[in-house]
Amino acid sequence: MVRLVSGMTVTERQIALVVLLALSLIGLAMAAGGRGDPMGAQGFVVLVFSVGLAFAVMAGYYAPEPDESRLTRYYDDPTKVGIVLTVIWAVVGMAVGVWVASLLAWPELTFVDQAWASFGRLRPVHTSGVIFGFGGNALIATSFHVLQRTSRARLPDQFTPWFVLIGYNLFCIVAASGYLMGITQSKEYAEPEWYADIWLVIVWVVYFLLYLRTLARRKEPHIYVANWYYMAFILVVAVLHIVNNLAVPVSWGHAKSYSLFSGVQDAMTEWWYGHNAVAFFLTSGFLGMMYYYLPKRAGRPIFSYRLSIISFWGITFFYMWAGSHHLHYTALPQWVQTLGMSFSIMLLVPSWASAGNALATLNGAWHKVRDDAVLRFMMVAAVFYGLSTFEGSFMAIRPVNSLSHYTDWTVGHVHAGALGWVAMITFGSLYALVPWMWKRETMYSPKLIEVHFWLALAGTIVYVFAMWNSGIIQGLMWRTYNDGGTLAYSFLDSVEAMHPYYIARAFGGLLFLSGAVVCASNVWLTIRAAQRERRGETGTDVPIVAGAMQAGE
Amino acid sequence: MDVGKQDTVTGRITTGHEWNGIEELETPIPRVVFLFLGAAFVFALICWVLYPTWPLIWTYSKGLLGFDQRATVTRQVEQAAADRSVWTTQVMDKSYTEIEADPALMHLVTETGRTLFIDKCAACHGVNATGGTGFPDLAAKAWLWGGEPETIEETIRIGINSTNADTRTSQMLAFGRDGMLQSGQIADVVAYVRSLSGLAPAEGDAARIEAGKQVFADNCTACHGEDAKGNKDVGAPDLTDANWLYGSDVQAVFTTVYSGRQGHMPNWGAKLPPLDIKILTLYVHSLKKVAP
Ligand code: HEC
Ligand code: HEC
Ligand code: HEM
Ligand code: HEM
Repeated sequence: MVRLVSGMTVTERQIALVVLLALSLIGLAMAAGGRGDPMGAQGFVVLVFSVGLAFAVMAGYYAPEPDESRLTRYYDDPTKVGIVLTVIWAVVGMAVGVWVASLLAWPELTFVDQAWASFGRLRPVHTSGVIFGFGGNALIATSFHVLQRTSRARLPDQFTPWFVLIGYNLFCIVAASGYLMGITQSKEYAEPEWYADIWLVIVWVVYFLLYLRTLARRKEPHIYVANWYYMAFILVVAVLHIVNNLAVPVSWGHAKSYSLFSGVQDAMTEWWYGHNAVAFFLTSGFLGMMYYYLPKRAGRPIFSYRLSIISFWGITFFYMWAGSHHLHYTALPQWVQTLGMSFSIMLLVPSWASAGNALATLNGAWHKVRDDAVLRFMMVAAVFYGLSTFEGSFMAIRPVNSLSHYTDWTVGHVHAGALGWVAMITFGSLYALVPWMWKRETMYSPKLIEVHFWLALAGTIVYVFAMWNSGIIQGLMWRTYNDGGTLAYSFLDSVEAMHPYYIARAFGGLLFLSGAVVCASNVWLTIRAAQRERRGETGTDVPIVAGAMQAGE
Repeated sequence: MDVGKQDTVTGRITTGHEWNGIEELETPIPRVVFLFLGAAFVFALICWVLYPTWPLIWTYSKGLLGFDQRATVTRQVEQAAADRSVWTTQVMDKSYTEIEADPALMHLVTETGRTLFIDKCAACHGVNATGGTGFPDLAAKAWLWGGEPETIEETIRIGINSTNADTRTSQMLAFGRDGMLQSGQIADVVAYVRSLSGLAPAEGDAARIEAGKQVFADNCTACHGEDAKGNKDVGAPDLTDANWLYGSDVQAVFTTVYSGRQGHMPNWGAKLPPLDIKILTLYVHSLKKVAP
């Protein structure tokens, strides 16, 4: 802690303390004003979080200031902490995933008869935990790293990146603890209530400005494509988040709010948000990651610069129209559905172009893919990206969707993307990044990476196949008729038919979770080994030649 | 223009830029991408021409097929109802006795009745209609309100202690809580009631049975009858059989007499069409007792 604080100048430490003080006052006001409402408990979370951090900053307050030479180096402390947070959220979020998967297979597992222990409250802890906790921290941590290296510029100051990273995690904690108390806007992937939403807007604007400030000072004539993807991720998520969360709180002292939209407009706004969250959070951001770590690890140039640019604009343009494929055959006017469907089909082209560009980049490095589990993670991620986008475009066709919608097929598609693409590319990138950050030749144990790879691949395959089976069986059971023209199966019949697949899914998830635990141990052992060695710069990152880099402000 | 280097593996030239060691090749976009894009666009174009797609100012492009999802689904629902009417009109027109005498029709009815029952009723009565504590076993034929099809239909339609104005009212009084009987008297009558169905008396209960009989005669016969065989007009159960709605151990029966019982069954007439209620009635009536 002291070491992290000592990276900041005294002025920055003062700013940090002021911000934390303001935050604890807000927490206190929420706790006092929200007495008798879940808002009060949320206030305590904010209060404890900010007071705790203030103590940490004070503990390092009198540490010597960093000298000017820091400005000639990249600022990687936030990335390191971000990596650790990513790994923690991965284990927590996936453990909750395995737990909710087990609840679906064996509902009697609910261990206490309390609302917080029910499936309904734990499910969003899983989805937010993995998407925002794991995915979001991974994106923030890697974006700081990629941004500096590809711009040859140090982050502008030492306070802002911490504000973004820590502020974002505060949002995640407030969200997750709120779900357990039953706080939700009932909008999937946008469950957190108004106060958390406002806080995220502040954090996100600062994040975007940080990106622009660094890019503006870059020493490279061109902006590398990975930064385009990261910037699209930040900018579009801000727009989506703000619009979808427009709401009026019941009062300043209540967690509850009412959306500005109603009826089908609300549904369309939510799925315009939801689908583009998939596009710009789970796709664009991770493509940014892929465009840096994959060529770097493979030691190969990107297959085609032009392909990466047209895919970028293709994805950005087509995705915006596609959200209505989540609302086929609903009260949404049919013309909106046709639009969504047709753009979802065209969307496949830039999606596959990106996947193809990644795989073709590996030409000349396939022997490395065979030997290096890290690169294999990235390769498999690109393959699953291709698979899940093909599946998505297929499911967006209305008659297909009439079978798949409301079934586990959707959940299978989600996890083909989430496990196969998002998690795999993240783990691959982390394994490349951790040794660079902690200045070691390799991870503590390359063997364990290999173990993780096979656990992750097996887990994904078991999960996805189980859900394809159960989803299609479910869909067919719901549309099978008796001779008399009435439904042949009750809903409960279909639930019973799901049981074996739910067990298989829980098992696949357990494999995947074990892989994440292996990863966490490996990262931890690497960090510890690095701290023991402390023998200086044996890292493989490109050393910085004096004057070759833009100094911090 | 920056000058690129030649890549030894592919023979292609790089763009000449480099970011921390990463380079990009000047590979032209493969033709297949354009073909693929063209095909996807043609597909989209066909959709646009055939189906409603583009918003215009006051309306939207209707598409050549004149397709409208509301009209389609309405037509499909009407068509399906018309197809089913071959047998559903018979169900509506015929009497219960006539339908039950027609095996082919009964087959269709019970097939449909099963899914209807599991979807609407199983949450309380169980998948096999065997019930549970507080929810009667409909297959046991130990009827509270009567087992004639017409009576069952009435029960399903208006419910029990429901919000329907004509609801059946089921009231087992709270003799203890409302001070009508002392604890000792309740213990006596509980011992007596349990003895009626031949249950082995609990410790010390044998002596109470005689007193309990008197308490019963004074307080309970109005509803449960002199012979304790129940009264279907008020939904009072037969206390001499082996069926226990709320449990037969001393504690459970004591609670029943002390605090009373008011079972609640929704009035399905407000939610289901007459056809479904008739099918459910036939289904419930057709249930065979499930071996315990
Ligand atoms: C919310 C729970 C609940 C649901 C759902 C429910 N029931 Fe009932 N039902 C009850 C209870 C409780 C009773 C007993 C009421 C009493 O104590 O008299 C009952 C009684 C009955 C009876 C009378 C039994 C007798 O002995 O006279 C019939 C018939 C019946 N239910 C049929 C159905 C059917 C058919 C459905 C589905 C359409 C259904 N029930 C759904 C709770 C329910
Ligand atoms: C006003 C009418 C009424 C009177 C008087 C009455 N009961 Fe009941 N009793 C009922 C009804 C109705 C039920 C069914 C309650 C239900 O289904 O929710 C019932 C249920 C019971 C049951 C539960 C049976 C089971 O299967 O679990 C017991 C035991 C019982 N009564 C005992 C008594 C005794 C003992 C007395 C006299 C002290 C008594 N009742 C007086 C109407 C009455
Ligand atoms: C250990 C591995 C995992 C397991 C066992 C798991 C399990 C589950 C379960 C049981 C559900 C609920 C499905 C339902 O309601 O029917 C779910 C939903 C979801 N999970 Fe996971 N999950 C895992 C990993 C992940 C990861 C890594 C991500 C994202 C990066 C993710 C994203 C989601 C999303 C977005 C949903 C909501 C899907 C929908 O509403 O259609 N999961 N998961
Ligand atoms: C070309 C790209 C894609 C298309 C056209 C597409 C299309 C679809 C469709 C049609 C659905 C089902 C909607 C429904 O029936 O409710 C869906 C659901 C979903 N997809 Fe995709 N998909 C694509 C890529 C991805 C990727 C890469 C991911 C990432 C991880 C992903 C994550 C999700 C999620 C989380 C849902 C579930 C939403 C919910 O909670 O219901 N998709 N997608």
